[in-house]
Amino acid sequence: MKSLRRFFIRLSNLTTRRSAGQRLQEELAEHLAFQTEENLRAGMSPIEARRQAALKFGAAQAIRESYHAEQSLPFFENLLHDVRYAVRMLLRSPGFSFIAIATMALGIGATTAIYSVIDATLQHPLPYPNPGELVRVEDDLPGVGAQGVGISVPEWRDLESSGIFQSASITGTGANVNLTGSTQPLRLSFKQVTPNYFAVLGVDAQLGRTFDPHDATPGYNLEVVISDGLWRREFGADPHILGKALRLDNDVYHVVGVMPRGFRDQGSTSEEQNVELWLGAGFAGLPFDPPQRGFRLQSRAVLARLKPGLSLAAAQGHLDALVASLKKLYPAEYPAQTAWTVRLIPLSETVVGSVRQSLILLFGAVGLVLLISCVNVANLLLARASGRSREIAVRQALGAQRTRLIRQFLAESLLLFLLGGIAGFAILFGTGHFLLRLIPETLPHLNNISINWGVLAFALAVSVAAGTVFGLAPAWLMSRFDLIGTLRQEGRGSIGSPGRSRARQILVISELAISLVLMVAAGLLLRSFWDLFQVQPGFNPERVMAIQTWLPGPNDPTADSYQTATQESVLLREILRRSRTLPGVEEAAISDVDALPLGHSHPGRLPLLREGIETMDNQAPVIGSPIVSPEYFHLLGMPLLRGRLFSDQDLEDTPQVAVINQAAARTYWPNQNPLGKRVRLRLETRGLLSSAKPAWTTIVGVIADARTESLADAAIPQIYRSVYQRPAKDLAIFLRGQLDPSAISAQVREQVQSIDPELPVFHAETLNEVVSTSLSVRRFSMEMVAFFAATALLLAGLGIYGTISYVVNEQKREIAIRLALGAQRGNILKMVLSRGLGLAAAGAGLGVAGALIVSHLMAGLLYGVSPRDLPTFAGVTLVFTTVALAASYIPALRAMRFDPVTTLHSD
Amino acid sequence: MKEKPDVLQGTLALMVLKTLDVLGAQHGWGIARRIEQISGDLLAVNQGTLYPLLLKLEHEGSIASDWGASENNRRARFYRLTGAGRKQLQAETREWEQTAAIIARFFKVKAEDLT
Repeated sequence: MKSLRRFFIRLSNLTTRRSAGQRLQEELAEHLAFQTEENLRAGMSPIEARRQAALKFGAAQAIRESYHAEQSLPFFENLLHDVRYAVRMLLRSPGFSFIAIATMALGIGATTAIYSVIDATLQHPLPYPNPGELVRVEDDLPGVGAQGVGISVPEWRDLESSGIFQSASITGTGANVNLTGSTQPLRLSFKQVTPNYFAVLGVDAQLGRTFDPHDATPGYNLEVVISDGLWRREFGADPHILGKALRLDNDVYHVVGVMPRGFRDQGSTSEEQNVELWLGAGFAGLPFDPPQRGFRLQSRAVLARLKPGLSLAAAQGHLDALVASLKKLYPAEYPAQTAWTVRLIPLSETVVGSVRQSLILLFGAVGLVLLISCVNVANLLLARASGRSREIAVRQALGAQRTRLIRQFLAESLLLFLLGGIAGFAILFGTGHFLLRLIPETLPHLNNISINWGVLAFALAVSVAAGTVFGLAPAWLMSRFDLIGTLRQEGRGSIGSPGRSRARQILVISELAISLVLMVAAGLLLRSFWDLFQVQPGFNPERVMAIQTWLPGPNDPTADSYQTATQESVLLREILRRSRTLPGVEEAAISDVDALPLGHSHPGRLPLLREGIETMDNQAPVIGSPIVSPEYFHLLGMPLLRGRLFSDQDLEDTPQVAVINQAAARTYWPNQNPLGKRVRLRLETRGLLSSAKPAWTTIVGVIADARTESLADAAIPQIYRSVYQRPAKDLAIFLRGQLDPSAISAQVREQVQSIDPELPVFHAETLNEVVSTSLSVRRFSMEMVAFFAATALLLAGLGIYGTISYVVNEQKREIAIRLALGAQRGNILKMVLSRGLGLAAAGAGLGVAGALIVSHLMAGLLYGVSPRDLPTFAGVTLVFTTVALAASYIPALRAMRFDPVTTLHSD
Repeated sequence: MKEKPDVLQGTLALMVLKTLDVLGAQHGWGIARRIEQISGDLLAVNQGTLYPLLLKLEHEGSIASDWGASENNRRARFYRLTGAGRKQLQAETREWEQTAAIIARFFKVKAEDLT
């Protein structure tokens, strides 16, 4: 208590700069007077009395100092002095200060920018309570090479009762639904979820309620929970929305709740996170298929919350035991060769897993830039130290302690770093909106990225940490001083302390090495990206636009006006006919969204049962299975290799036919002719509820491989079916020709809605855009790393330039004497250049070694280029050496042009 | 001439408080003189310690000070004990007595007492 009171009084004295000097002065005078009087009384002469009093009193200055120390807080007072002094020093050399602060602003600003992205994605990926308990449950069939095949309803029930989870829910992975009834039919993103879904997430509605977790309706319970965004946008935040009927795919649902504003669905893309409707469903009754153990749908995910305190490993252990017992219980459902396993994945991992590697790479790269900036500033500080050696020596001669000097230098560097950090943050804050636009939209949690207090705290912490680490070394070296030597040498061209120039060389070498590492990383990424960009996709995206529509799929199949392929084909043929009449259109085709090249994140896969090989879904390998109209292959320029393509005569009542790609032929019919082979594909059985096995499908053609799934993947097996034999709900209309992208969407909408006014038309994009978007994360990380590498090279170039200039300056006298003694100017140039080259060589050696390690670590991000790619390494080293030489050349030139007479006279 | 020992660190505060308690308000020199007198001129009070200590006690709220006039009409700064200071003095006195008693017991003890 007492000491606290004392502290505050001292603090207030410090801040108000109140001084008790006057009071002490009077008290001391009075003290002396009293003592003198007493001495006089004791019989001394006046002079003697005063002398004895003063003697007894002691040194007044010492008293004043300890009194002052008590009055105020000496530590803070010194700090204040140091800071004030540091500010003055910075102002005195504005050029130096500006460069140092700008360098740090760059380093800290860039690091903070990347940190804000990481903060939003990797650090707080899940806005739900106790997110560590949330897991995704995935079924794998490694025996047939299938991952994430989805879970069947009986398996989900087993999970629910297993005791491993508080609760587990099934969710769709997001799909389209038509909201009709207002002026324009709306296509919305929805998810069907079991009623306990929100209970698993632990989030409640802001208005109304979520689903009753114990609701056991087998099909849709006809309740809908809507997002805050939809509520505000479409319903004007109507407080009486509860109970309102919404017509979704021609069925009537009632709104029971509105989710809170910040609520986002989990998902790995922004698109998936933008689900706006949640429909409660039991997945067991109409329109869903009857629950069968072997019936898995890839579009179903299981989201579960672990029992509190149960670790992931322990839960996985329990789950493995459950899987083993289920396999014993249902041997027919789980054939041994499929090797069925169930895997728990932390939900956060499924959300950000795809970009984690890229983000870590970026953070690593930006960390190196920061390191270089720090090294550069440390180097500048050291360089300036030589200019201040006289000041330091004089201060030491006057009795300044070494710790005191170090503290003062540290205050200077800390001030520089902090100002740099604040400047960096301010720039980031000011340009945040602009920078956010550079980030690809496919990045998860893009909307959560913000420049907030946490980010500011990070920037400040980094500045202080960097300032301490990189300020301490120069401060220590600066204070270690040969006092006599410096004072004596001064004025005759100091040689400088060998310790300091060694330190500077080490700093420059490490800077060069780091920049080389970054340049190699950037070079490799650039080559990967370039290779991907240049890769022949196997289809021709030029002059092609895709526009999507969605046919409603009501819960009662008999109410579906597009239930059969025959019914749907009338619509499709009419859409195609009318599309061909649009201005500029040369060709038109229709497919489902799975056939939209590179345009979907979750390709649908179906089990492929080959005649005479597999007999059950759960034994079969899974294969991509797009549905297309006959014109599709020609429009996209995918050449036929064998057999035939679909024709207009392949209809619902004619034999089912399919076209496969080369990869499928190679994988499933190696060394055989696939033409004429018969297969079954488990079907999307909406509307086909009989348990009868679908008819055989005959393979009639083989087309060339195309990179429709991913540009990085050359050949993924695909089996195409005709839309006139297999109806599809999620449709993409392809148009090729001289199209006006801004007008086409409205033109197509007009045509489609003149056939059926309830169909939404949305998402018009050129295929080139789709291709480019599929590379966006790669492009983003490539551009960022390249930017960082360029920055690093610039800083390293400045570093080597500064060091060589400094060396030249130090050796001015020596060079002048050599010149005076008849040295060739060329030799002087060579001498200085060789210094720079020596530094560069050491940096390059270290850098290449570091780059080899780093490039192997990032091998997963590379495409078509080896981590040891010789041209990249050679090219980068060449650029690097050129820059190092150029940076040394300027000071070398200056050294060569020294005039010996003026130089020697000037000292 | 043998130098007088300085007042032991830490005990000076107690002496100052006690002096003010016994004599009432006093100026700096008066306090120093009193302490020396009571010690029978065996102790010397270091002014470099005394004045910062007075300031510290004042900051802590144990004493307060005002300008006043001394007996021979000289302007002087007078220190006096506050309520908090009186309490502190009592507590410290108790502690000191306890410590002194313990030390005294140690000095009295003889070898046979411990067998």
